[in-house]
This record gives sequence, C-alpha cells and structure tokens, in this order.
Amino acid sequence: MGKFRVVHYINQFFAGIGGEEKADIKPEVRETVIGPGMALNAGFKGEAEIVATVICGDSYFNENIEEAKAEVLEMVKKYNPDLFIAGPAFNAGRYGVACGTITDAVQKELGIPALTAMYEENPGVDMFKKSIYIVATKNSAAGMRDAVSKMVPLALKLAKGEEIGSPEEENYIARGIRKNFFTDKRGSERAVEMLIKKLKGEEFITEYPMPDFDRVKPNPAVKDISKATIALVTSGGIVPKGNPDHIESSSASKYGKYDIEGFDNLTSEDHQTAHGGYDPVYANEDPDRVLPVDILREMEKEGKIGKLHRYYYATVGNGTAVKSAKAFAEKIGKELKEAGVDAVILTST
Amino acid sequence: MVKEIERAGLPVVHMCTVVPISLTVGANRIVPTVAIPHPLGNPALNPEDEKALRRKLVEKALRALQTEVEDQTVFED
Repeated sequence: MGKFRVVHYINQFFAGIGGEEKADIKPEVRETVIGPGMALNAGFKGEAEIVATVICGDSYFNENIEEAKAEVLEMVKKYNPDLFIAGPAFNAGRYGVACGTITDAVQKELGIPALTAMYEENPGVDMFKKSIYIVATKNSAAGMRDAVSKMVPLALKLAKGEEIGSPEEENYIARGIRKNFFTDKRGSERAVEMLIKKLKGEEFITEYPMPDFDRVKPNPAVKDISKATIALVTSGGIVPKGNPDHIESSSASKYGKYDIEGFDNLTSEDHQTAHGGYDPVYANEDPDRVLPVDILREMEKEGKIGKLHRYYYATVGNGTAVKSAKAFAEKIGKELKEAGVDAVILTST
Repeated sequence: MVKEIERAGLPVVHMCTVVPISLTVGANRIVPTVAIPHPLGNPALNPEDEKALRRKLVEKALRALQTEVEDQTVFED
C-alpha cells in the first residue's frame, strides 16, 4: 500500500508570506511542504505525505467565509487526498475559525477524513468541536512540537479508518459523543463510589458531563433612544495616543476607561490602536473606523440619541483569555449600569 | 464581553465582521460590519462616503437596540 496523500491548510503567517498586512490574501495552492507541514511530514515517517499546501489569509477567509470555503474546497478536491489537515491554529481566533470551517467542509462535502488542532479557548472550538476532531494544543506556537506529536497519530488512524478512542486517549477535544462499552463494575456501584468521593471532597470524574449552555437572555429594547445614554466599548484596542495604560497587543491583562468629553471625533493625532491581531494602518489613520465617536457625537447634537456616555472602555481582544475578558466586562457592565447608561455599542475587529 | 455586559442588565449590540464568532460568544443583537481591520469604515471610499457608510451602520445598531428580540438576532438590512 502506498503512502497516504495529505493536503495541508495553513494561514499566511505560517506560510511565511507575511503578518497582518498580508492577512487579506486569497487562497492559493503550492505543491510543496511548508512551515508546520514539515514537522507533520517528518512525524508521518513515510506512512503519509503532504502533496499540497493550501494557504489563505486569515482576514480574507473570515470576511468571505462562503467564497473562501468554496475556493479552498475546489483546491483540496483537485488532489483527491486520503487525509486533510488544517493548522495547528493555537489561540489565533480567525485562523481557528478558518481551520474549523474548512475541516468541517472537507469532511462533510468531500467525505475525506480530516482534522485540525487548536487551543481550547479558540472560538473555532465551540463552533466545530461537535462535528470534527480538534486536537487540543497549547495557546501559542511554542507548543508546535507538542501539537504535532498529538496530531500525527490521530491523523494516521483517521486515514486508516481505524477506530478512534476517547478524547483523553487520542488528545482531541471532547465532541459530546456517547459510546457504549463494557466495564467490570456496574452502574450502581460506580455511582456510589463517585458519591462517596464527592462527600469526602475528593476528585472524581463524571461519566456524563452536563453541557454548558451559558447564554444570557436579551435585555428589553431601548424605549426612547432620543433620551438614552449610549456607551461605547471595544475589543479593538482603541486607546489614547501612546497607550497610557500599556494595554498589551495580545493576551491583554487589563482594559482602559477613557474620557472622550470634548472629542467630536477621534483622529491619528489623539488616538490609536493597541491591538496586535489585525493590520493597524486603517485604525491608526482614523480610529473612528473602529470606535464611531464621530457619528455618535453628531447624533447627540441632532437629538437622535440622548447622550454619548463620557467614558468609553477598551481592551485588546487578541488571544485574550476568556476568563480575563469576562472579568473585564463584569466590571465594565457594573460601572456602566451605575453610571446610568441605557445601552451599549460594543465593536470588535 | 458582550455577554457579561448583557448580564449586567444593559441591552448591547455587537458590531463585528465575523458573525459566527459573535454567535458563538453569545451576543444577542448583532450588526455585521465591513472588515476586520476597519469594521466601521472603508479606506477605499472618499471621506464623505466612508462617513455615510459608518452612519448607516451606527443607525442600524441603534435600530437593533430599539428592537425587542427573544433570541440571538443578526440585523442584516
């Protein structure tokens, strides 16, 4: 039997084409092994071989999901591979969404075994973990070796059509699939053992974790917007020039609260972006492109809204831990509520 | 973030380009925007047209805030 033919998907960064300034490149295919593909290929030890690498810019993919998906599918199809691998995307949000989208599409529409890999907090995980195998990685490319060592065995098993074990055994993110198997202890015995552990305050592993549906019900609509105070919040990193609070360009550990009294609009003279996860040129040129102070100020003068809240809040949503973002927003929400704000516009890049 | 602000009792509209991410993080009122590096602008337009575009998007966001929703809603047009 010959080697399994593999098509690999990566973004512009891992292809060595460029950073954020190249994030808008369209899909292209190269019949070579590139970047992380080298480590994967080495890991296959001759059992499989990357025959082509598809490259696409993260912003292009996310801004044109349907077109990008169709274009990449066409490219993959042309090589009729036995296996498709995307990533690893680690904690890069747009890359994770692209990897998840295309892995799901290849599996569903082309019927080719496929897998990807990313960090558990990548938004691509919640979107696709039920439908595809996502190997759990660390949150940065420093975890490449670890990621590859977990991806290779699962990839080969998928290509061979072998039975896939539990998420713990195979290092993928749990898909919420229940499987029947025989065990030496019956259910009642296991349940009692678990209960005793729980009573003693010891660790135990549930056999059926409850799904986590953390949804918040929408608040009632604003009755009279012409009397309402509207506040601006952004994860797009708009800060006063010089970034006085030193908000980090990625994995932000804080947020800022900034006074915009007297500002009719934001300009390159007084504001900038601190975000390191998108091409900053446009936001630095005119920060209103991310935080629309100009328009809201006009509407305030025209009486279309009651008031633009005196302070806006900003952080950098770039690989920022979900736990941190949640903590920031809890505080921001409470402050805004206490300040008598009626509604919030939150912008994201 | 959008979810925690909603939990604090404030109606919030999420203006963003990658709608699937917004849906995944649990935003209830969503207005799709132009592009990731310039959600509320378009450098290819002249300044007047760009501002008109931004105004349209903000008006849409305000409409979303004035609309009662039961569930996650994407305000397309």
